[in-house]
Amino acid sequence: MKSKVGYLEREERRFAEVPRESIKLMAESTGVELSEEVAALLAEDVCYRLREATQNSSQFMRHAKRRKLSVEDFNRALRWSNTETVCGYGAQDALPFRPLKEGELFFVEDREINLVELALATNIPKGCAETMVRGRAGTGSIMPTAVQSLSEDLLKYYQQITRAILGEDPHLMKVALLDLQSNSKIAALLPYFVYVISGVKSVSHDLDQLNRLLHMVKSLVQNPYLYLGSYVRSLVSSVMYCILEPLAASINPLNDHWTLRDYAALLLSHIFWTHGDLVSGLYHQILLSLQKVLSDPVRPLCSHYGAVVGLHALGWKAVERVLYPHLPAYWANLQAVLDDYSVSNAQVKADGHKVYGAILVAVERLLKMKALSLTLAAGGGSAGLPGTTTGAVGFRENSPGLSPPPEPLSEPPLGIASHLQAGGAGCQWEEWTPVSLPAMYCELYSFFGDSLAVRFSTDPPLGGAPSSRSCQPLEGRKEPASGAPNLENTRKMPQLTASMNISPRQDGSPRMEPQPPSLAATVPGRSLARSSSSSSSVSRSRSSSSRPGRSTSQSRDIFPKARFPLPQAGPPAFSFIIGGRQMGRRCQGRRFQTSFTPTPPLNTLPPRAYAHKLPVIGRVSKPVRRWTCSHYSLHLPL
Amino acid sequence: MAAVQDGQMELDAEKETKPEILSDGTSNLSGNTASGTLSSSPLTAAPAGGAPKMEDQQTLIAVLQFLKRNKLTDSVEILRREAGLGEDQEDSQATDGSGGGKGDVDGGDANSLLSRVSITSAAAPQSMPVKRADDQPDVSVVLSAYSQQGDPSLYQVYYSGLKNFIESVLDCHRAELSQLFYPLFVHMYLELVYNNHENEAKAFFEKFSGDQECYYQDDLRVLCGLTKKEHLKGNEVLLDFRTSRFVLRISRDSYQLLKRHLQERHNNQIWNIIQEHLYIDIFDGMPRSKSQIDSMSGSLAGEGRRELNKAKVFHGLLKEPEIEVPLDDEDDEAENEEGKPKKKKTKKDSLGSKSKKQDPNAPQQNRIPLPELKDSDKLDKIMYMKESTKRIRLGPENLPSICFYTLLNAYQGLTAVDFTDDSSLLAGGFADSTVRVWSVTPKKLRKVKSAADLNMIDKESDDVLERIMDEKTASESKILYGHSGPVYGVSFSPDRNYLLSSSEDGTVRLWSLLTFTCLVGYKGHNYPVWDTQFSPFGYYFVSGGHDRVARLWATDHYQPLRIFAGHLADVTCTCTRFHPNSNYVATGSTDRTIRLWDVLNGNCVRIFTGHKGPIHSLAFSPNGKFLASGSTDGRVLLWDIGHGLMIGELKGHTDTIYSLKFSRDGEILASGSMDNTVRLWNSMKAFDEVETDDFTATTGHIHLPDNSQELLLGTYHSKSTPVTHLHFTRRNLLLAAGAYNSQ
Repeated sequence: MKSKVGYLEREERRFAEVPRESIKLMAESTGVELSEEVAALLAEDVCYRLREATQNSSQFMRHAKRRKLSVEDFNRALRWSNTETVCGYGAQDALPFRPLKEGELFFVEDREINLVELALATNIPKGCAETMVRGRAGTGSIMPTAVQSLSEDLLKYYQQITRAILGEDPHLMKVALLDLQSNSKIAALLPYFVYVISGVKSVSHDLDQLNRLLHMVKSLVQNPYLYLGSYVRSLVSSVMYCILEPLAASINPLNDHWTLRDYAALLLSHIFWTHGDLVSGLYHQILLSLQKVLSDPVRPLCSHYGAVVGLHALGWKAVERVLYPHLPAYWANLQAVLDDYSVSNAQVKADGHKVYGAILVAVERLLKMKALSLTLAAGGGSAGLPGTTTGAVGFRENSPGLSPPPEPLSEPPLGIASHLQAGGAGCQWEEWTPVSLPAMYCELYSFFGDSLAVRFSTDPPLGGAPSSRSCQPLEGRKEPASGAPNLENTRKMPQLTASMNISPRQDGSPRMEPQPPSLAATVPGRSLARSSSSSSSVSRSRSSSSRPGRSTSQSRDIFPKARFPLPQAGPPAFSFIIGGRQMGRRCQGRRFQTSFTPTPPLNTLPPRAYAHKLPVIGRVSKPVRRWTCSHYSLHLPL
Repeated sequence: MAAVQDGQMELDAEKETKPEILSDGTSNLSGNTASGTLSSSPLTAAPAGGAPKMEDQQTLIAVLQFLKRNKLTDSVEILRREAGLGEDQEDSQATDGSGGGKGDVDGGDANSLLSRVSITSAAAPQSMPVKRADDQPDVSVVLSAYSQQGDPSLYQVYYSGLKNFIESVLDCHRAELSQLFYPLFVHMYLELVYNNHENEAKAFFEKFSGDQECYYQDDLRVLCGLTKKEHLKGNEVLLDFRTSRFVLRISRDSYQLLKRHLQERHNNQIWNIIQEHLYIDIFDGMPRSKSQIDSMSGSLAGEGRRELNKAKVFHGLLKEPEIEVPLDDEDDEAENEEGKPKKKKTKKDSLGSKSKKQDPNAPQQNRIPLPELKDSDKLDKIMYMKESTKRIRLGPENLPSICFYTLLNAYQGLTAVDFTDDSSLLAGGFADSTVRVWSVTPKKLRKVKSAADLNMIDKESDDVLERIMDEKTASESKILYGHSGPVYGVSFSPDRNYLLSSSEDGTVRLWSLLTFTCLVGYKGHNYPVWDTQFSPFGYYFVSGGHDRVARLWATDHYQPLRIFAGHLADVTCTCTRFHPNSNYVATGSTDRTIRLWDVLNGNCVRIFTGHKGPIHSLAFSPNGKFLASGSTDGRVLLWDIGHGLMIGELKGHTDTIYSLKFSRDGEILASGSMDNTVRLWNSMKAFDEVETDDFTATTGHIHLPDNSQELLLGTYHSKSTPVTHLHFTRRNLLLAAGAYNSQ
C-alpha cells in the first residue's frame, strides 16, 4: 500500500473504500493472482484496518495537543498494533494530495530531487532558532510575543504584500492593504513592515510611493490585532517625514505634494489618537518638532505648510498652543513672500498662499472650537458634547445656550432655527465676547482681515451678507493686494479669479473641515447668494473632480445667479480668490471672500427683508436641525 | 490487528497476576521499613474485592482443560490433585461448552475454552453476586458474548417494538427508559455482526443509529465500521463494551413498567440482553428528568453505580507538620519595626489553630506512609508560608494577573509543561522525545561538578551546597535526552530535585535536576504513558497509560506498588492527579469517566460520569473536597468528592481543555484550552450554590443550574497559542504556558 492506492468515494458509503481493483493490482505487482472473491474480502478488510488505525492514531494526536493528524501519529498507531509502518512520508507539513482526473486517482506528489543540485547549493539553510521561553504578563489580555525568526509562510506573505503595495496594480494594492488591516497573524512581521515604511526617506522623489507607504502605515495602525508598541515612534517619524520634509518631489510644482502632506497629517493625528498612549511624551515630541519647523525661516514654505496642517490635524489645542503664539513672528515672513510680486517669486508666492490658507483654516477652527467650548461651558453642555471647559470666562449674556445672541442683527425670520446661532454667534463676536476669545480674534483679525471674519461670523447673519456688501469697499482696500496676485497666478490656477460681483471664497484642504455632504451638495445647485459663507463646503464638493476650468466659471455662474436683484443694483461687491491652487485630483483652490465685514449695526433691516423672502423661495431650513449648536452653523445651510 | 488482541490477552494475564505483583511489592517493601514507605500499610486487601470461590473454581477448570488439550497430562494430574477437583466436574463442563467453541477458528484454544466457562457462569446468574466484578470485568463475558441468537430478521421488530413502547409511556418514565436505547442498540447490532448477519446488521444500523443521543456519535462511528465478526476481535472499543456491563440508573416504577412490557410481549431477545449485558441500578423514588439523565450519561459504560460511590473518602487535608517557623528571620527587612510583632503573632495563631484542629474528613496521618521531611523540605515549607502571607486574596472583583510563558520556535511540538511549585523552573516535554528545563528566574541552571572535582571540595564548609555546583555549566535551559518517543507528561518533584517524564516509549523516567541526567527508567506500562505526576509529598508518583491502567510507583522501586485497573472497560488513562492529601489518585480516561482510587488498598472509590468526551485534565481543589475535570467536549465539570456528586458544569470553551488549576485558596478556577483562551471561573460560587440536602446526597440526582455565564469571570485570549498548562504561584499570580503556533 505504498503511495498509489486509489480511494474511491461512493455516495452511499460512509467511508472511503479501497476498491478491489486496487487490491488486485497490488497483488499482481507482487506476483500474486487473486480471485474476485478474495480481492473483495481483502479490500473490505483493508478498509476496516485502515479505519481502525486512523481511529487509534487520533489518540496520539490528542495527546500531542495538536489538531492535525500527522503521519507520525498514524505510524505510531501502526507500530503499537505491530504493523509495519509506512516509511518515507514523515513530513511535518501536510502532504498535498494530487487528483488525477481520468482515473479518479489521488496520490501524493513525489517530486524528484536533484541531489547534485542540492549538494552544490550555495544557500545553506539556517538551522531553526532555539526553542525558548518568553514570559509576558498582563491583567487584561494575554499577548505572547512574536516569534523571532519568520516562518516560510510569513516570509512569503511579507514579500507578496510589499510587492503588491509598492507595485503598479492599484487593485492588488487595495487587497493587500485590506489584508494588512485585518490579518491577525502578522505580528511577527511588524518590524519588517516598519522597516519598509522607514524607507520613505529614500523615495522622497516619488509621490506615489510615498502615498503607498502612508497607506501601509494606515493599514498597520488600523489592524486591531497588532500591538505596535514602541514601533509607533518609528511610524510617527516616517509620517512626520512626509509632512515636514521638503520632499524632492515638491521641486516640481506640478507634483501635488500638498495632498500628501494633508493625508500624512491626518494619519499622524490618527496614530496619535489611537496609539499615542504607547509612547510617553509623544505628543510633546510631535509638537516640538512641528514648532521647530515652523520657527525655522530657512525651511521652505512647503515644510511650513506641513507644520501647520500637522498642528491643525492634532487639534485646535495644538494650534492654540504652537501656531497661535508663533503667528506674529511668522506672519512677517509670510507677508513678505506674499507681497513680492516679482515674477521670479511667483512659485514661492503660490506656496505662500497655500500656507496662508492652511493657517487660516487652522485658526478659524481654533476660534470656532474655542467659541464652542465656551458656549458649552456656559450653556451647561446643552449641546451634549463633552466640551472642553477651558474658558468659562463668563459667557454670561449668551448663556441661554439655545437662544441666539440677543442682538438685533441676527435674523430669526430667516427661518434658520435660532439655536443654530448659539454656537456660531454672530458677526458681532468681537463686540460682546469676553476677553480671551475676543482678544485672540482681534489679533487674528489683524492678520487676516475679513478673510477671517467671513469664516467666523457670516453664518448667522446670512441675510446679512448682502447687507454688508454695502460696506465692502471698505474691505476692498485691504484685499486687492491679494486679489492681484491671483490674477498673476492664473496660469497655474485657473480658478483664481477676481470677480467684482461677489466674493465667494473657497479654502483648501477641505478635509480639515468635516463638512456635511448634504450641505455641500445643496450649495452649488442652489447657488444662493450667501453661499459665500459656505465656501469651503462648496470647494469640497467640487474639488474632487471638476476643478480646472469649471470652478472659475462656476463661481461666476453661481454667484450672479444667486444674487438678488437688490445687491446687484447696489454697490458692487468684491470677491476674489486668493491662493487657490490646482494641483491634482484632490487639491482645491482656496477662495477668500472679502465681502463681509463685521460692521453689523448698519444693516439691521435689509437682512430681515431677505429673510422674509427666503421662505418664499423655498430653500429654507431643511438641514438646519442637523447642525444644531455645532460649529458647522458657521456654514450656511441652505 | 492480532497484536492488539495479544495486548489484551497480556493485559488479562496481568490482571490475573495482579495480587502477586502487589504482594511482590510488599515483600520488596518489607525490607525497607526504616524508610517509612508503604510497607507498613496493610496490603492484605485484594483489589479484586474478594472474588468468590466459584470463579476460582471455574478458572481452575479452564486451566485444566487448557493443559489437557496440550497433552500436559502430568500437570493435569497435579493440578487436579492440588485443587481437589473431581474429574466428572470438569468433564461435564467440557461437554457443556463444546458446541459453542467450534466456530472459533481464529479464537484459539483459550478463547473457546473460556467461552465455555462463561456459559456455566451464565447458567448460575443468581449465585453470581452482582457487585462482583465492578472494576474487574467478568472475564468470561468478554469472549463468549452474543453466542445465543434469535431470528436476525426480527431484531428490527424487537427494537422498534420497544421503541414504540417507550415512546408511548408517560413522560416521566420515558426519559429514563430512553436510556435503554443506546446499549440495546449496540448490543443487538453486535450480536447481529457476531453471528455473521452482515446485511441485517447494516440495515439495523441504518434504521436506528439516528435515534441515538448525539454524544454517542464517536462510538457510533466506530461501530458502523464493524461489519464482520473478525472485526470484533481486537477492536478495543468493542471489547470495552462487551467486558463491562452498561450501567443504567432507573427508578423502580419505570423498571416495573419495562419488565411488564417485555414479559407481556415475550420479548426474550431484549430481555436476555438486559439481563446479560446491562446492569440496571434500580432506585426508589421519583423518576429522573431528561436533563438530570443527560448530565450524568455519556460515558462508555453508562453511569457509575451508586453503591460504588458510597465508600467513605477521606478528603480532608493532612495535618501540617509542626515546624518552628523562624518568623523573625531576616525576612522582614522591608517591614517596619512596629508592625512586626503583631504580624508574627497572628501568623503563629493561624498556624497553631490549623495544626491542632483535626479535620474530621482527613485520613489518619499515617494512613499511607509518607517520607519524613528533610531539612531542605522544612526550609521550603517556611518559604512557602512566608510567601503565602503575601498571597493576594482572589475573588470576582480581584482577578489574578496572568503571565503567559510562550514557548517560541517549538517546532518539535510541545506536548506537556509543568512548573515547580515555587514557579522557578519550567519543564517542557516535546514530541521529539526531548525534555527541556528552563529557569524562569534569573538564577541559571547548574550541574553538580564531576566526581573528581567534588573530591577536592571542603565538605565541612558552610556553603558546600553552593560549592558543588559547576559554574561553567550555568545556562538558562537544559535538554534531557533519553526517551525514544514523544514525551506526554512531565512533573517536578516537590523538592525540585527530580523531574519525571512519561513517554510514548512506555517508560517513565526520573531525572535528576542536579546532574541533569536520567536516574531511573520505570518500565511497566506496555503502551504509551500519557501522564505522570508526583505526589504532593514526593516519593510516590502515579502514571497512566494506553494500557488502561494507572500505576502507583515509589521512586526507589522499579516495579509499581499499585496497579489501578478499572478504566479497563475503557481505553486510556489520560491524566492522573494526586489528591492533596496523597491518599487518593484521580484518573480520567477516554471512556469518559473519572475514577478516584484509594492509594492504600487500590480500590476504586468514586466513578464520575457525565463527560461526553475523553477527559484531558483534572484538578483537585486545594481543600481536597472538590474535583474539576475538563474534556474534549469543552466543558469543565465540578465534582463533590465526599458526596460523589456532580455539582457544576462550566460551559464556554470551544475546544479541548488541557489544563485546569485552582487558585491557592480555591476561589478561582482557571481553565486553559486548545481554543487559545484562559478562562477564569468563580469556583467559590459554584461550590456554594449547590444544595446538598440529604435527598440529593442519597440518590445522587443532582439538578444542575445552568449558570456558566454567571460563573465565568473572564476570558483571556492568546495569540494562536494553545494553553497547555496553568499554574498559580504561591502569591496567586496565574502562570500559563503554551507553544506559539504559527499556522
